[in-house]
Amino acid sequence: MTDYDLVIIGAGPAGLTAGLYAARARMKVLLLEKAVPGGQILITDWIENYPGFPEGISGYDLAEKMKKQALDLGLEMDTAEVHGLNLSADIKEIVLKDRSIKAKALIIASGASPRKLGIGEDKYMGKGISFCATCDGPFFRDKTVVAVGGGDTAVQEAIFLTKFAQKVYLVHRRDELRATKILQERAFSNDKIEFIWDSVATGVEGFFGIEGVKIKNVKTNAESTIKADGCFIWVGILPNAEFINRAVATDEGGFIIADAKMQTNVPGVFAAGDVRDTPLRQVSTAVGDGAIAAVSAEHYIENL
Amino acid sequence: MAENIIELSDESFEKLINSSDKPVMVDFWAPWCGPCKAIGPTVEALSETYGDQMTFAKVNVDDNPLSPSKFGVQAIPTLIFFKDGKVAEQITGMVAKEKLEETLKSVL
Repeated sequence: MTDYDLVIIGAGPAGLTAGLYAARARMKVLLLEKAVPGGQILITDWIENYPGFPEGISGYDLAEKMKKQALDLGLEMDTAEVHGLNLSADIKEIVLKDRSIKAKALIIASGASPRKLGIGEDKYMGKGISFCATCDGPFFRDKTVVAVGGGDTAVQEAIFLTKFAQKVYLVHRRDELRATKILQERAFSNDKIEFIWDSVATGVEGFFGIEGVKIKNVKTNAESTIKADGCFIWVGILPNAEFINRAVATDEGGFIIADAKMQTNVPGVFAAGDVRDTPLRQVSTAVGDGAIAAVSAEHYIENL
Repeated sequence: MAENIIELSDESFEKLINSSDKPVMVDFWAPWCGPCKAIGPTVEALSETYGDQMTFAKVNVDDNPLSPSKFGVQAIPTLIFFKDGKVAEQITGMVAKEKLEETLKSVL
């Protein structure tokens, strides 16, 4: 006996889309979210590469719209953290804190979290080190901040920080940005942003909060300190996959390996969105993954 | 907005945390902060469950800049749990409801 046809773990864009498709397919489906629906788009100030919103849309508003659409179509959602999976039998068992749920199929859409640099993030989190400009940027009005990274997130959020900070140093380990060209153009033409090339952040200084960020030039090994009140870190992401504990195959980085149908190495277990080993992690790709995973799960159950 | 969450200002902040006979949970938030709005329903649900054992309050950091700076709050959402007028626990960012509830219970 199972409790559900399908359980989906994670209510970001991938999980919400999978839930929307499964609800429309009239599957008995449960979407589990440990914190709040939305995932990483909640910490994204502005999204302008998701089609259908020509003026752009805030991450929070997009999350709310996706949640409402899925719930209106009859999706059942619960707030609970998954602590483990038991996938050795045909029935998938999802272990929560105080109970477990049995389902015929499972979609893992647990997303990813910002990667840390190990420069005191835990100690200074909320006291000067941040991963979220839209949460914390306004605390640095007329102050100086360091942003670390060179990808889309780092560059877009560094530009956002210039609305508040008087100066943003963008520290990047290479001598060119990885970010998409339109973001690079905006960053280069923003006179509040100063680029520190070929450099990595190695630590922060400060007693109550941050007073400086230590950096090292990777070409010359020269070390220096930038006087700054805050340090924002955007150096990639790590999968939210601790609970998987080798129940499905992952790559070296812990991202789940899945095929074009989002099928993992375990029959009936699918992966979607940022937690998957995928070449691009965007809202638009997560949404596509979620739709495919839900339809694949539906086919899988039909053939049981 | 849940009626059992008290809206605090810089003026009423100290008075409440020093005079409450129950522990106080203060939610530092701002209207521009998506994650703050997103955790709102979780805080409201907790206030309904634990409202008789803990006082729930919130501070808009835009209108009341003194209270957050006094407690070194440089990121929101931040939840600070006060016991006998002193900081007992502090949580920054979006955390799982289970973690939030565990922290809350540890302060009771």
